[in-house]
Amino acid sequence: MKPIEVESVQQCLDDFTNKQVYIHVETTNGAYASHFDDKAYNVGAYVRNAQVTFNQAKIVGDGNAYRVGLKTEFGWIYAEGLTDWVIHEGSKLLLAGHDREGRLMVALQISETPFNN
Amino acid sequence: MINLEKHVVVILPHPDDESFGAAGSISHFRSQGIPVTYLCGTLGQMGRNMGSPTFANRETLPLIRKQELKNACKVLDMDLKMLGYRDKTIEFEDQMEIAQHLKGILEEIKPSLVITHYPNYAVHPDHNALGAAAIKAVELMDERPTVWAQAFARGFKKELGEPDVINDVSAYFEKKMDAILCHDSQAGGIIGPLKNYKELGEEVLQEAKERFGTEEFFTWQFSV
Repeated sequence: MKPIEVESVQQCLDDFTNKQVYIHVETTNGAYASHFDDKAYNVGAYVRNAQVTFNQAKIVGDGNAYRVGLKTEFGWIYAEGLTDWVIHEGSKLLLAGHDREGRLMVALQISETPFNN
Repeated sequence: MINLEKHVVVILPHPDDESFGAAGSISHFRSQGIPVTYLCGTLGQMGRNMGSPTFANRETLPLIRKQELKNACKVLDMDLKMLGYRDKTIEFEDQMEIAQHLKGILEEIKPSLVITHYPNYAVHPDHNALGAAAIKAVELMDERPTVWAQAFARGFKKELGEPDVINDVSAYFEKKMDAILCHDSQAGGIIGPLKNYKELGEEVLQEAKERFGTEEFFTWQFSV
């Protein structure tokens, strides 16, 4: 992945707007957080291949880390801490936030076809 | 180490569990000509280590880890069978279904020894769940192989006592490190600077040898 280029990502988000898309959204601090530090908590959530349509989408940030909000008919999809992006298999938008060791902390991915693997 | 095994089956959920947890013991068995088969539960699809520096992403990670797994099994000279479950979800599957799946494979291979994780004492929910299913599978067999269960949760010795199987695998240190380093997407994030243990001098080498020189297991005592 490469550092987020905000105009390009916004263009992708616009292209997915008002289409039925599949979303992967995720956050994690790893399965070993409280094993290595007994004061830490294991926290994580993911949704894979939720089918949604959003009618408004925006990426906002300060040049280091970005937030993305997708507005749907009945609610929102939100992710913060996004740092990197790539287009996967020609058409899937992958956004992720990594810590300084390169570990994934948060991900938001959008595709018109389901994520496989 | 005793070498009376006919065939050893290792049942762990993630590509790299075999290298970190049992590479030395596996190498020992292979050096005696004993066949070893790894039943790897998942492809570690949901791992957060993406290489250091990052070279994988959520979608490319499974294929990368599959290749790393194959490479590690080649280094350790063991057979590989991928079970096809999904990372982080084993505990939500039907345990009996997984146990029957494993039992079918074990009945074909007829191992004398099964190595797996110690349920509830192996930190990661996948470790605990696959360990429990593996033990259930053996429990269901008419001719049970011995089971070695690996625990590493904080304070496990206080509750379980000392492991009865303590394998000094320092003779296989380099092979174990080679196997670990096959998992390039994971190794950097897990062992940090030890990744370059060859270039970091005697002190780091000693630290690595201490950390990876012993593999401990509990022989499972079946209650039924």
